[in-house]
Order: sequence, then C-alpha cells, then structure tokens
Amino acid sequence: MGLEKHIVAPLSKEEVQNLKAGDYVYITGVIYTARDAAHKRMYEALQKGEEIPFSLKNNVIYYMGPSPAREGQIIGSAGPTTSSRMDKYTPLLLDTGLLGMIGKGYRSQSVIESIIKNKAVYFVATGGAGALLSKCIKKSKVIAYEDLGTEAIHELYVENFPVIVAIDSNGNNLYENTDIIS
Amino acid sequence: MRVINTGEIVSNIKEMCIEANYKLASDVSTRIMDAYKNETSDLGKLILGQLCENMNIAENEQIPICQDTGMTIVFVKIGQDVHIEGGSLEEAINEGIRQGYKEGFLRKSVVSDPIIRKNTMDNTPGVIHYEIVAGDFIEITVVPKGFGSENMSRIYMLKPSDGVEGIKEAVLKTVKLAGPNACPPIVVGVGIGGSFEKCALLAKKALTRNLDEPSNFPHIRKLEEELLEEINKLGIGPGGFGGKITALGVKIETYPTHIAGLPVAVNICCHVNRHITRIL
Ligand code: SF4
Repeated sequence: MGLEKHIVAPLSKEEVQNLKAGDYVYITGVIYTARDAAHKRMYEALQKGEEIPFSLKNNVIYYMGPSPAREGQIIGSAGPTTSSRMDKYTPLLLDTGLLGMIGKGYRSQSVIESIIKNKAVYFVATGGAGALLSKCIKKSKVIAYEDLGTEAIHELYVENFPVIVAIDSNGNNLYENTDIIS
Repeated sequence: MRVINTGEIVSNIKEMCIEANYKLASDVSTRIMDAYKNETSDLGKLILGQLCENMNIAENEQIPICQDTGMTIVFVKIGQDVHIEGGSLEEAINEGIRQGYKEGFLRKSVVSDPIIRKNTMDNTPGVIHYEIVAGDFIEITVVPKGFGSENMSRIYMLKPSDGVEGIKEAVLKTVKLAGPNACPPIVVGVGIGGSFEKCALLAKKALTRNLDEPSNFPHIRKLEEELLEEINKLGIGPGGFGGKITALGVKIETYPTHIAGLPVAVNICCHVNRHITRIL
C-alpha cells in the first residue's frame, strides 16, 4: 500500500504529480459528477466548440449517479460507476483541462496515454460502497442536464472522500492485470 | 382453485424492491464479513472493511447499499391452480416496481429504448420471467441487478468435446475479463446446457441461490467448489487490487442439452448480490 495523503479539489498540477499509484488519498473540496449521458453531451458540445456547464480546468469528475435523497439527507447512495464506459470521451476532456477522475475499473490505453500527456490522475473509489461514500458528501446540487435524472451533473462538496490512486500522472497502473483486456 | 388479487402482488413487489436494496441476505453478508477476516492483502482488507461498514450504514441510516439499485429482474412461479384477478399481472408487477423505487428512494436506471435512451424515470419495466408450476401459490423472486457486473457477463457456445475443462476455461476467462469492473468480490452464476437463451436464464437463476447451499448433483457441486478455488487463485482480489478473495461463491445450474452442444453462460454479480423471495 502506498502513502496516505490529503488533497484539495480543484487540484493543483504540482500536487497531482506528487501522487503515486497505490496512494490512499482523502479529497476535500468541490468535484463534479458525470456519467455516460452527461459525457456524451459535453463531448458533443466541446467538438462543436460550444460551452459546457462547468469549467474542466484542474477539476475532478466523479463517475457517479446517486440514488435520490430522503428528506433530511444531502444525497442518497453515491458510489462510483464503471469508468471504461467514459473512455471514448475522456481524452478530449483531459485535453480541455480536466485533471482528475474518480471511478472504478480499467481504463483504455488511449486514456492512459492521455493521462500521461496531460499529467492527470485516475482515482478509484470502492465500488458498492455507496452508502459509506455518501457520508463524505456535505453538499450536492444539480447544476446542469436536469432532464437526465440521476445522470444530471451534480456539483458536490466532499470532505475526506477516500480514494486510491489507480493510475498516476506517469502512467503507473495499480491494476496488475491490464494486459488481459484490450 | 385459489384466487390472488393483483393488489397483493403490487404491495409485495414494492416491499421486496425496497428490502433487497437496503439489506443483503445473511448468506451474502456473512461471506463478506468472513472475507474481511480472511483477506491478507492490506488494500483488500481495507476495501472489505469499507464494505462491512457500508452494509451497516445502509441498514441503520436507510441509504441503499449501492447507488445502482439495478434493473429489476422478477422471477414469477405461478401455480396452475391459481386464478389472478384485479387486472393484468404484468401491469401489477411493474406497478410494484414503480412504487418500490419511488417510495424506497431507489435510483431510476432504466431507459425506454436501448438506442434512443430516454430514462423512464420510474425504473420500469422490469425484466419478468414467468414459469407455470403445479400448485396453488405464487412464488416471486425479485433481483435488483446492477449493470457494472451485468456488463461483464458472457455466453459461450462450447463444443461437447470441450467438456469440464472448456467450461472452467470459459468461467475463468470471464472472471478475468471482469477484473475490477464488476466490483469484486463477486458472485458467479453459471448456466450450463439447454439452448442459447436457456443457459443465460439458468445463470441468472444460479445467482439467486443461497450461497450456503451447494448443488444437489455431486459432479456439479465438485465443479462449484473447484471453480471457486481457481477463481480465488487468480488474485484479482477486493476492488481488483490483488488479494485472495475474488469471489464469494460460484453457483451452477444445469439443464439437458442437444447432442451437438454445450452452452455455457456466466452471469457475474458484484458483492451486492441482491435477491429476495416470497411465496403468496
Ligand atoms: S456492480 Fe454492483 S456494487 Fe458495483 S456499482 Fe454496480 S450494483 Fe453497485
């Protein structure tokens, strides 16, 4: 296991470059959710040179669509979804300034290359721990694409949100078996 | 002949959708807790510790175990001596899902068309499998199935000559492919035999079995045990970061098949293996 670290979001370039695959990191600050449908919209907007709902610069996207909050709760269950479904859209987002991603599972070779090129970082949160992770979310509001239901973009304020560095800015990859996928 | 009203079906399905998403059956939760005790990798143990805590928070604070509260798979066994009154059975099942996902604060994860992809906003329709059986009861099993693991499931049309070795190879290949994407530790449901669609259905049914009850057939029980051992030797581990616990259980269902075929379906489920059965 790597080192335990605390970082702030939005990220700083220097801090990201100090993170190493295997580090156990607690994130505090503002992050944004986006999954399949929101990625598709942002990708298409960027390709057409249009504005997207929030600036990607130095920001972190959390691949997550929460369950609804009960009265008195900030958010429902809120764990990561499988990152590879976003792979097609990710390099363009990284080229536009995105610096960190939180999800679960493998990334494609082209995403790994883009992470190295942009000196970004890929974090993994524990899949299936949505109740636990929701406790670290202190504020949540939908800022765009409300029609997508759970897939709308949420701006979250998180405190000590626990993640593991799966792919660091040098491309070191904590998943040992990446060679078994294509 | 016994009469069952659709109202009773609606309310039961509703309750089952909710219950399944907040508390795992004890066979599954016990295996997760045992995994925590037995895992030797540091990171693996940490992740399993989080999963144990997650189960407690889910139950005590009424937050679903996982935000992916699934597409709702429903198995319905209808006794042939039952008459259902009060409207369409299919509509009653979907109404139960609709109410359960609304009142239970569960995520709506279903799109109305696989290509146009517009959210139906009430998690309907469910995927419903009917079976007519002898008797005067209705047995309903509700399986909220997450798609992180569903996406990593596979079907193989093997040759009879591939035999047990071929089956094992197919299962291990699927588990490796799933790796971290299916939220390990996983439960593996395997369907062997039948036809293309039958083996898939068997694999899904296998996931609803109690993990503590092995197959009644000695050769299948042996295969379940051997596969569990071999899967755990792969070292994928909790979260896919390495460790000795990759699977919590392997369940196999079989059916007679054609002289020319050996269909094998591998349905992967994450540790949030939700299923609940009631008999009306
Ligand atoms: S695969 Fe299972 S544990 Fe993982 S996100 Fe989906 S439902 Fe949750």
